[in-house]
Amino acid sequence: MSTLRTEVIEKTYREAIIEAMAEEMRRDDRVVLIGEDVGKFGGAMGASKGLFDEFGPERVIDTPISESAIVGSALGMALTGQRPVAELMFIDFVGVCMDQIANQVAKVRYMLGGQVTVPLVIRTQGGAGKGYAAQHSQSLEAWFTHIPGLKVVMPSRPGDAKGLLKSAIRDDNPVMFIEHKLLYNLKGEVPEDPEYLIPLGVAEVKREGSHLTLVSYSRQVLNCLEAAGELAQHGIEAEVIDLRTLRPLDFATIAGSIQKTGRLVTVEEGYPQCGIGAEITARVCEQCMDLLDMPPIRIAARDTPIPFARVLEQATIPSPQSIVQRILTARKWK
Amino acid sequence: MNDPSKLSAETRKALYRQMLRIRKFEETTHELYKAGALTGMSPHLYIGEEASAVGVISLLNEDDYILSTHRGHGHCLAKGAEMGKMYAELFGKETGYCHGRGGSMHIADVPKGNLGANGIVGGGCPIALGAGFTIRRKKSRQVVVCFFGDAATNQGTFHEAANMSKAFQLPIVWVCENNLYGLSTPITKVSATPDLADRARGYGMPGATVDGMDVEAVRAVAEEAINRARSGGGPSLLEVRTYRYFGHGASDHRPYRTREEEQGWWKRCPVASYRSRLLEEGAATEEELATLEKEIAAEVEAGVAFARSSPDPKAEESSRYVYTED
Repeated sequence: MSTLRTEVIEKTYREAIIEAMAEEMRRDDRVVLIGEDVGKFGGAMGASKGLFDEFGPERVIDTPISESAIVGSALGMALTGQRPVAELMFIDFVGVCMDQIANQVAKVRYMLGGQVTVPLVIRTQGGAGKGYAAQHSQSLEAWFTHIPGLKVVMPSRPGDAKGLLKSAIRDDNPVMFIEHKLLYNLKGEVPEDPEYLIPLGVAEVKREGSHLTLVSYSRQVLNCLEAAGELAQHGIEAEVIDLRTLRPLDFATIAGSIQKTGRLVTVEEGYPQCGIGAEITARVCEQCMDLLDMPPIRIAARDTPIPFARVLEQATIPSPQSIVQRILTARKWK
Repeated sequence: MNDPSKLSAETRKALYRQMLRIRKFEETTHELYKAGALTGMSPHLYIGEEASAVGVISLLNEDDYILSTHRGHGHCLAKGAEMGKMYAELFGKETGYCHGRGGSMHIADVPKGNLGANGIVGGGCPIALGAGFTIRRKKSRQVVVCFFGDAATNQGTFHEAANMSKAFQLPIVWVCENNLYGLSTPITKVSATPDLADRARGYGMPGATVDGMDVEAVRAVAEEAINRARSGGGPSLLEVRTYRYFGHGASDHRPYRTREEEQGWWKRCPVASYRSRLLEEGAATEEELATLEKEIAAEVEAGVAFARSSPDPKAEESSRYVYTED
C-alpha cells in the first residue's frame, strides 16, 4: 500500500457519506439503499444525491412513510443475501420502528443460534442546533448502545464518515450509523481511496494533551477541540478522544489516556442519565479509579426535551464555552 | 359433501402424514411440558391448525421462504425441519436448531427457507417485504409466505407491510391464521370487520377466506395465491379460519369460551376428518395409514430421545452468536 499515493481531497461530510455508499454499491452488487425520499430527491439531508441516477430503482428504493416496513424490509433483504442500507430520516422516528430494530434486527442472529448473519446498516441523523424542536433534534444513541447485537457508529468528520460507513456496510452485523444534522456541510479531508476503511470499535485521539482527557463523539468532538484550544490559553493541555464507535467501545484508548492525564471529562449531546458519559465514567471508576486525580466530569445535554427557541436550544446542549467553563470551575488548575 | 379431490392418492397421503407429524409432535410437546421436562414459557401449540401450515407449505419449493409466528412448530415441520433438532431446541439443548438460544418461539431451520418464527405479534410482516424485494430483484420466481394470526391484523406492522407489498407488487402471500382469539380476546370484539380477508380490498390485493379445517380447501386457495405471486401478479391475503384446540399456553384454561364450542370444532378436526375421508374415498387403506402412524410415532420417540441425550449448551458460551465475531 505504501507505493500507492492516496489522494486526499476536501469534501463535505454529506459528500463523504454519498461517496462511501456509491463506492460500496459499485464494489458489491448486494448493497442497496432503502428509505423515504432517498431516490431522485436524494434524501431529506441530501445524503443520497446521485445514487438513484447511477444505480436505479431496484437498488435505491423510495418507500412510503412506514418506518417499521423500511427496517423490516432491510432485515428481510439481509436475511436473503443482500446488504441493505436503510435510511431513517430522523433518529427521532425510531420510536415507530423500535421493535424492528431492537427485537428483530438486533436479535435474529442470536435467536436463530447463528444460522443467519445480518449485514445491515441503519443510517440516520440526530442532534440539535437547527430549531427543529423536541421531535426532530434528539440524540438517542444511548438507546442503541444498550442493546446487544447492534453496533453504534457516530462520525465527527468527513473522512471518518467515509471510512466508517464503508466499514459498516462491509460488516456482517447490524450497525446503527448516526450522523449529525449540523455536520453535513462540514468540510474536511476525505481520501479518494476506495479501500479507505476505518475499523469499527477503534477510537481516535484527535488532539494530544497531558492534563485531562475529553472523551466525546460526533459533533461534540468539534466543540471539544475548540474548548481544548481555549483551555490551552489557561495552561491546560486537554487530550481529545473521538470514540467514533460507541458499541463496541474502545475502552483501551480511554484507559491509556487516563493513565497519562488522571482526569476524565465526557462530553455528549445526549442526556446525562444513563448516557454515554455515564457508561464511560462508570467503567473508568471501576477499572481506573487509582489513576484518577479528580472526580470525573460528565457534560451532557440538559435533562429536558429539546426546545424550539434558539436561546433555549443553545442553552440545552454543550458548547465550547460551556465545556471550558465547567472544566475551569471544577477545580483550581494552577 | 366434499367435491371429488383433484389430488393424487400419494399427495393426499403426504398431506395427511405432514398434518399427523405436527399433531403428534405437539401432543408430545404438551406432555413433556406438563411433566416438567421443558422449561420456560409453555409452548404455543399448533394443535387444530395443522391444515393451514400443511395446505399452504405443501405447495412451496425448498427455496421459497416462510415467516412464522410464536405458534410456529407446525410451519417449521411443514417446511422441512427435523423433529430431533426441534425437540432439542424445546429442551434448550446445544443440538437444537438454535443451539438453545431461541426455544419454542424461535425455532427455524433457515436453510429450508424458514426465515424465523417471531415472538412479536405482527413482527414478521415487515421482514417478509425484504425477502420479497430480494426475489423481485433476482427475478428468481420464488415466493414468500408470511404467516400471522388474527390478532396481527390489528398491528400497524401488518398494515404497513400489506400496503407496501402491493405498492411494489412483491411476491408475497399473506396467510392470516384466524383461530378466533388473541389469547382470550375474540377477534370479532376488537376488529372493525369480522372478515379479515376484507382487509385485502383496502390494499388492492385479492383476499380469500377458506375453511382452515380442510387441508385440500386451504391448498386450493393457496395455490391460486402462490401462483399469482410466482408469476409476478403480486401479493394476496388468505384468511384461514381455524381453531386452536388448546389454550394460548398451558396456563390458559379458556374461561372465555365454552366447552361446547370446542367440541363443535373437535368434530371437525382437520387430521381425523382427513383420515376418514382418505379411507372413505379409497385414497388410502387402513393398513397404509396404520403403518404411516407407526412411523410417525417412532419419529417422535427418536426425536425426544435425541433431545434428551443431547448436551446442554456451555454456560460460558452464552454470548456466542450475538455478533459474527463471537
